[in-house]
Amino acid sequence: MSTTSITGRRSRVSPSAGQSARPAAGRPRGAWSLRAPLLPALIFMIVVTQLPFVGTLVISFMRWNALDPGNRGFGGLSNYAAAFDDPALRSSIVTTVLLTVAVVLVSLLLGLVLALLLDRRFLGRGVVRTMLITPFLVVPAASALLWKHAIYNASYGLLNGSLTWLWSLFGSSHAPQPDWLSNTPLIAVEISLIWQWTPFMMLILLAGLQSRPLDVVEAARVDGASTWQVFRYLTFPHLRRYLELAALLGSIYVVQNFDAVFTLTSGGLGTANLPYTVYQTFYQGHDYGQASAEGVLVVICTILLATFALRTVSSLFREESL
Amino acid sequence: MTTAATTLPAARRREASARRNGALLGLLAWLCGVLFFLPFAWMVLTSLHSESAAATNPPSVGAGLTLQGYREFFGAGSGVSPWPPLINSLTASVASTLLVLLLSIPAAYALSIRPVRKWTDVMFFFLSTKMLPAVAGLLPIYLIAQNTGMLDNIWLLVILYTSMNLPIAVWMMRSFLAEVPKEILEAASIDGAGLLTTLGRIVAPVAAPGIAATALISFIFSWNELLFARVLTGVVAGTAPVFLTGFVTSQGLFLAKVCAAAVCISVPVLVAGFAAQDKLVQGLSLGAVK
Repeated sequence: MSTTSITGRRSRVSPSAGQSARPAAGRPRGAWSLRAPLLPALIFMIVVTQLPFVGTLVISFMRWNALDPGNRGFGGLSNYAAAFDDPALRSSIVTTVLLTVAVVLVSLLLGLVLALLLDRRFLGRGVVRTMLITPFLVVPAASALLWKHAIYNASYGLLNGSLTWLWSLFGSSHAPQPDWLSNTPLIAVEISLIWQWTPFMMLILLAGLQSRPLDVVEAARVDGASTWQVFRYLTFPHLRRYLELAALLGSIYVVQNFDAVFTLTSGGLGTANLPYTVYQTFYQGHDYGQASAEGVLVVICTILLATFALRTVSSLFREESL
Repeated sequence: MTTAATTLPAARRREASARRNGALLGLLAWLCGVLFFLPFAWMVLTSLHSESAAATNPPSVGAGLTLQGYREFFGAGSGVSPWPPLINSLTASVASTLLVLLLSIPAAYALSIRPVRKWTDVMFFFLSTKMLPAVAGLLPIYLIAQNTGMLDNIWLLVILYTSMNLPIAVWMMRSFLAEVPKEILEAASIDGAGLLTTLGRIVAPVAAPGIAATALISFIFSWNELLFARVLTGVVAGTAPVFLTGFVTSQGLFLAKVCAAAVCISVPVLVAGFAAQDKLVQGLSLGAVK
């Protein structure tokens, strides 16, 4: 499965640079007493996460529709064929990519700007930091409802309300009143997610900025380096790993997003991403076989992403233990 | 900043321009902060308006404040109490968090203080399960739950939320336990302290802030979860986010009521999040960032 193929390559990672690793081999009883505390967590994870996936894998090769229970049996690759043939699934793959890339890139960029702003001392920095973290601490379902009804709503949402107010300042009563969710559904979903994920990016990048060796920056300044040069040649290279980490962790969470798509548009108007489509095939279509095949496809897409993510995390990990 | 090489007036001029830039950048930071905070502030303000004032165009910012939305959230009018879903959410979040701590502390001990061989492989196994999308195992879990009568049972969510948060917790906890000084542990082991004594007397006090942060982050993720709760629970075990999404009615005005509900349901997360603020990054980045 995904895990073994990924972890198999990890054995080269040095065990904490030797400082905390004590030889456990050679004494079987000792080795088991070392392993014992680990086992409950390990077994729990295997049973609860790996076995169901094996189930999904098995069902993905079966003909199984809950509405047609008599016709259950081995279906070969028919579910995969049906999944690939399904234009809805194909468009949901495109949507997933667009949604993830847009949300991660924009929130990473905004997060970088905010982290750079917050890295300096100014009056009320703590307050600003707290205000910036707030979007991340609103329950995602609540934030989706907030955007849908209180902000995007065409007749009384904050956006159109503000437009009316702005236009009335100039004596006009014909303010544009676009229906944001119907006109630009995907962008609307993306903006609500960018609002939610920018604080996450900012927090990781801020931690990265604050771990930067200040004496080097100071020395560069003394030598007459401009702010841009300091950023380009010192800050940015140091920050690169953190940018990668933030982008990849963000991607893992955003790829799996369900709440925003479910609440804002119910997957309509071309906003259905893969998790939502799997949910729909299973929960509304009751086609268990095809839903499983789609689930397996989601996993394959994620593994591609996850391999990069794990590589990044492990490089940070190695750095830390040196 | 001033070096011997720079002449005095030039240095003074540069200092003045730096101070002006600093003030401008501070202002910009404030502006961004307010902009990001605005939707949340709007949610709180709307929740305190009457339904008719909440649904005006242009918005009635200065309208009188009322607690009517909150009264309706707590069942005035509809008679539907929010307490069962809130208690379900609390049960699922607290019980799964306790289970997460119970499983992750010994595991992290075996991965940092007295590490097993190839402990990095184990770490990456935990991490890779986090990357397996939740939706991939949903159907078999649903079928198993259906056949064992566990559907619409809050304890099923407890188990699933535990598996959802355990990898994060193991990673976080390992990075916290790695900070326990080795000398003390060696001294304890020479004095013949067993695993439980070592964990309780030496490791726990040092790692307490980390344990608290892990617990809070695990709590937040469980409280927020919607997909599993939506598919696997019904009327009995429905959690707060599920209740919230069912709160929108097709007729009549509901904005103030929905905003009040959104605020109420977000309060535990806001409190936990601000409490864990300093350790939040470390948790969210799986311990990779300090």
